[in-house]
Amino acid sequence: MAEFVYENDRLLFTEEMREEYTVLVPQMAPYHFEYFVSAMNSEGYKAELLKTTDYELIHEGMKYSHNDICVPAMLVIGQFIDAIKKRGIDAHKVALIITQTGGGCRASNYIALLRKALKKANLAFVPVISLNAGGLEKNPGFKVSPRLLHKLHDAMLFGDLMMTLVNQTRPYEIKKGETDALRQTIDRELEGYFQHKTLFSWHRQKRVSKKMIKRFKRIPVDRIKPKPKVGIVGEIYVKYSPLGNNHLEATLEQEGCEVVTPPLYDFFLYTFDSRAYDITQYGGPKKERFLLKMFIWYVEVRRHKIRKMLKRSGFDPGVAYKKLKKLANGFINHGTHTGEGWLLTAEMVDLIQHGAPNIVCTQPFGCLPNHIAGKGMIKKLKKHYPESNIVAIDYDTSASKINQLNRINLMVSNAFRMLEKED
Amino acid sequence: MQKPYRVGIDIGSTTIKVVVLDEENTIVYKTYERHLSSVSKALRKLMRDLKSSLGSQAMRFNFTGSAGLRLAKHIGAQFTQEVISATSALRHYAETIDVCIELGGEDAKIIFFDGVNVEQRMNGTCAGGTGAFIDQMASLLDTDAAGVNELAKDYEKLYDIASRCGVFAKTDIQPLLNQGARKPDIAASIYQAIVNQTVGGLSQGRKIKGRVAFLGGPLTFSSELRKRFIEFLNLENVFMPNNGEIFVAIGAALEAKEKPISVDDIVYNIAEYRKQYKDNLRKTLKPLFKDDTEYEAFKQRHNQTSVSYIDPKDYHGNAYLGIDAGSTTTKCMLLTENNEILYEYYKHNRGNPVDIVKTALLEMYQNIHAGITIKHAFSTGYGEALIQHAFNLDGGEVETICHYEAAKYFNKDVSFVVDIGGQDMKCFKVDNGVISSIVLNEACSSGCGSFVETFAESLGYPIEKFADMAVEAHSPVDLGSRCTVFMNSSVKQAQSEAASSKDISAGLAISVVKNALYKVIRAHDVQEEYGTEIIVQGGTFNNDAVLRAFEIETGIEVTRPAIAGLMGAFGAALLAKQESTHAKRSKMLDAQGLHDFSYKSQRATCHKCHNLCALTVNIFEGGKRYISGNRCEKGAGINISYEDVPNLYLYKYDKVLSYRSDDTRTYKKSVGIPLVLNMYENLPFWQPFFEALDVRVVLSDRSNKALYEKGQDSIPSDTVCYPAKLVHGHIESLYDKHPDFIFYPNMPFNFDESSHANNHFNCPIVAHYPEVIEANMDHLDMQKFMQPYMTLNDKKKFVEVAYLMLKSHLDVKKKDLMKAFDQGIAAYFDFRDAVQKEGERALAYAKEHKLNAIVLAGRPYHIDPEVNHGIPKMIRSLNVVVISEDALNHLAQQQEVNILNQWTYHTRLYDVAKYVTTLEHVNLVQLVSFGCGLDAITSDEVKDILESKNKLYTQIKIDEISNLGAVNIRLRSLLTTMRDGVYNG
Repeated sequence: MAEFVYENDRLLFTEEMREEYTVLVPQMAPYHFEYFVSAMNSEGYKAELLKTTDYELIHEGMKYSHNDICVPAMLVIGQFIDAIKKRGIDAHKVALIITQTGGGCRASNYIALLRKALKKANLAFVPVISLNAGGLEKNPGFKVSPRLLHKLHDAMLFGDLMMTLVNQTRPYEIKKGETDALRQTIDRELEGYFQHKTLFSWHRQKRVSKKMIKRFKRIPVDRIKPKPKVGIVGEIYVKYSPLGNNHLEATLEQEGCEVVTPPLYDFFLYTFDSRAYDITQYGGPKKERFLLKMFIWYVEVRRHKIRKMLKRSGFDPGVAYKKLKKLANGFINHGTHTGEGWLLTAEMVDLIQHGAPNIVCTQPFGCLPNHIAGKGMIKKLKKHYPESNIVAIDYDTSASKINQLNRINLMVSNAFRMLEKED
Repeated sequence: MQKPYRVGIDIGSTTIKVVVLDEENTIVYKTYERHLSSVSKALRKLMRDLKSSLGSQAMRFNFTGSAGLRLAKHIGAQFTQEVISATSALRHYAETIDVCIELGGEDAKIIFFDGVNVEQRMNGTCAGGTGAFIDQMASLLDTDAAGVNELAKDYEKLYDIASRCGVFAKTDIQPLLNQGARKPDIAASIYQAIVNQTVGGLSQGRKIKGRVAFLGGPLTFSSELRKRFIEFLNLENVFMPNNGEIFVAIGAALEAKEKPISVDDIVYNIAEYRKQYKDNLRKTLKPLFKDDTEYEAFKQRHNQTSVSYIDPKDYHGNAYLGIDAGSTTTKCMLLTENNEILYEYYKHNRGNPVDIVKTALLEMYQNIHAGITIKHAFSTGYGEALIQHAFNLDGGEVETICHYEAAKYFNKDVSFVVDIGGQDMKCFKVDNGVISSIVLNEACSSGCGSFVETFAESLGYPIEKFADMAVEAHSPVDLGSRCTVFMNSSVKQAQSEAASSKDISAGLAISVVKNALYKVIRAHDVQEEYGTEIIVQGGTFNNDAVLRAFEIETGIEVTRPAIAGLMGAFGAALLAKQESTHAKRSKMLDAQGLHDFSYKSQRATCHKCHNLCALTVNIFEGGKRYISGNRCEKGAGINISYEDVPNLYLYKYDKVLSYRSDDTRTYKKSVGIPLVLNMYENLPFWQPFFEALDVRVVLSDRSNKALYEKGQDSIPSDTVCYPAKLVHGHIESLYDKHPDFIFYPNMPFNFDESSHANNHFNCPIVAHYPEVIEANMDHLDMQKFMQPYMTLNDKKKFVEVAYLMLKSHLDVKKKDLMKAFDQGIAAYFDFRDAVQKEGERALAYAKEHKLNAIVLAGRPYHIDPEVNHGIPKMIRSLNVVVISEDALNHLAQQQEVNILNQWTYHTRLYDVAKYVTTLEHVNLVQLVSFGCGLDAITSDEVKDILESKNKLYTQIKIDEISNLGAVNIRLRSLLTTMRDGVYNG
């Protein structure tokens, strides 16, 4: 049995635990987290992705978190506790991992809320690991080694790539289910990908990406009848998580749309960039800023290669981070970076400019940053781009689905009308 | 050959409308029906009617309306979103429409037509249920929707009623009724609240002007609602279609394009859909009872808790009277010396508590005889003071205490009391015979009890029958637990999915319980936290389904006294007995006095301060008056003054406003600064800073409702907090004053005040609201609007930014800015020092004068009287010293808290909470603005800090809501428990 070690009352995840414990990972972005878990496991962790979506986890979340807290916190807490309680696993052999961004938004507090919830559920002995870039909390048993970091980077690239390929292929596939089948095949293959030992793997990563694109390209499609493109933007959890957004991607596809979800990597670059911005604007260590900028530069070099390959194969590659950032100009200052901040506005501009003026702006009910960068910007966007067709949807465990559907339906109806007009 | 007819079917949240058009677009058939609970049943009936009128010819069907969405998809029929349908109908009937306002049972919509462009908007989730809201309010006024309209015709005065949502509005209306406000005024105010909600929530920066169309049930049928809109928006050109109620269905018919099919096929498909959905309902819960035996056993168990009754004929001696004038019901109870019940009374107020109590007492006097002497009489509940004054009772007690008295009678060892009434929930934990914590619901959770009842009525069932139905339910529907607005919309969804009324009834019972447990009590394990000796009471628990749901959810067998609905009155009677004096008989009105009793009520506005309280003056026999609606002693016309008692909220407000430029001299330039959010604390920096640069500071007007309304049409998000919404009005008022430029900086970071905090952010709203202003108020000259990103923590960085910003307006050098910055900072810290000194003085004052003190812990902007609604004044009028969070936080021991401590304002909250735990006769009350997401985190932490040292935690949630009845009860409950300390008496 691993011993309990504390630091300032915080239960640490020790090296022993690393051997013995299973690390539970909450599902946030279905295209990406699968790969993150594979990457972690290849580095000696026993990580497991929680895919539960059953109804009872909401109940657990409600029980152990404040009712006014945003829905992502409630769902993540519910998913963890539900998993520990229900699956009959030894609660003394699990740890939880959660990302911590450290901005001026409530999300930075999820980890503390989770610990509180565990305490209430008499599970205070379950260690919680913070995955963050700012060095907020450290654990001896969990270190993001350079190799793990690099694997997570690859996982992020693959996740974004897979999301792009699936979203641009599935709505047009001739044989129903073919895209999903290919995705499953590739997902299985990628599990092995992360087993490699070398620190850098540019060529492998590029080769695998190229092959992925090629295989998707081969799926027979019918693109003659155009479908309206609908973008999904918003608070990071409800934007990607089907549990959080009532399966928005599937709903929109069923309505006959092509879904465009901006890449997850942009969000991470944005959080690094925000830190760099604060140092410039309000003071701080210059060296840190340099390193942050270097990191962003490096990632963008890697992403650029993929974007080029996508473009060559006729897929829409999306825009470079630098360009995306410029799109916020004239709408919102880059100093707005609580929550999704200017990135959210910039993504909407990008979508409108790239043929997807139809947008679902998602947020948890009562989300503070989205009052500013989401709902707060819709009017200005409409003024500059009269064709923009944006619907803001609040997600809450108590909100009725029909209400959401009805509003989405209005947006989709208008999207189809616009498409007809163009013809 | 004749072209097939086109059928538009609009399935809304409460009604189904069917319209059939021929080739010429002439209406050949139309019908309109409420579907009550079963959409598919009603629809099949309508289809059969359609067939008998038009035969079985094939027609093109098109569905529209929120409740039709799933059904249409499922049976493979065409579906057009309702706003699109409305748009095409409008295009067809009226050539030139600029704006269309459509209110339905569930949704509110606004459509802007702008040449070829059409912009459509629907209300946010929080503001749902307009039509349902009118129905509920009608039932409060004891009438129906048409009756509300009739009443409103006679109005004389409009009350401010919260317009955020139906729940909040009801919280405002209920006390108005109890204070005896005129029904016509209330009816018109209800309509005005709908207008405010629609305009505030949906116009979002676009003006509603030009030719405006009114659509939907409420606007078609309520002339007075239309009038409110027309007056408020200054409309001159209004379009009302002839067939307003079926207008959307006409639109759907116009849009019908798909292959014609026969009515029989449609009917068949609907039946299939119903069958499938019945087995297939998502989100269902376990039934309340497995079988009849279980239910019988349950009933038996609860029948054991009873009280003894005695026939008045058989009793001679003293009796004690308790009257509970609750929010929705009035209860009376007369007890003997041995606590036997001589007389009891329970009735719905239907908006007139004084009359009801009069009836009750008259009835009581008829039932007792001269051998019974009423020795002492107490009142309690919302109408406590009013009833006490009206009928000359001997005393009154706050309702929480009465309930506890009653609960103790049934179980001496009671560890926890849960009372769910019509409007409010009250829960208290008891440790060693002393109330150790009181939980009262905040606005969002109110009205759950009466919601079930009104809902039952709307389906045409009495509440008893509705409760019995829940007992039989096989698969209750999960209807969420946030609030009744959300529940209502979930019910609509369940209905459209063909859920049965039984399952809905059970689902509602479960939702009410979950709301109480997880939202109000915030329990994760009731047994562990509150013990097993639980008494449940309040009218809502008379519903067996609610009782059962509570037991299932907590896993505890609880006690429900037979008089669950009368516990307040029972407790008041028990207290009357305890407190009875040597006087031979109560001084309350006797039978004759009661016969002659009459009263009238008048409205007035108190002008003694900026709060402008709307008063209701009740004048009783003999010229005795009772005034309600006031916040402080001034309004009540009482001569005792508490002016000397320190009130940090007033102190700070006056102090901040004293930072003014010199009116007597001229300045180089002028800058407009909105007095909002963090400016309530940072103005002491900015004014001296600009003064040093020879710039006059022009402040926006003081906040009030009119100022808010001035800016409300540019608010983009209806769920943002009220202090943020007020910013829009302040900016409007600044532009009216024509300063050279307007300055409102984004400040992501606050001052770094304490070493133990993890960071020093401002909340996202405080930090970035200037961005929202720039993006949404572009009808103003945004060239004049400056919103730089600044920090006051780093002088060099500050000067860089300030220089860039100011150099085009002012001839300044960086050197000047440095100096100005220094002056600003010095002034700011002087201000903070002064506040802290005053805080210390207030504490000392309390000690010296043996007064209780309350630390009213909020944010700097809570000193705005429009935001705090005069609560600080109200507390002071209870002879309590009022201190703010930022006046004492410096005295706290600096240490870490459990959560990521990264907002400056919140660090103060935690610090002051820690400090309060070290003080006697000082309690903390947290002021929380609705929509403040961060307070979901802080309130839990503050609660933990206080409760770890056995201090009570009290929270007051504020919004636009201005009625203070619930706040009053909360504070008085707190003060009563402080009684065990010495000072309060």
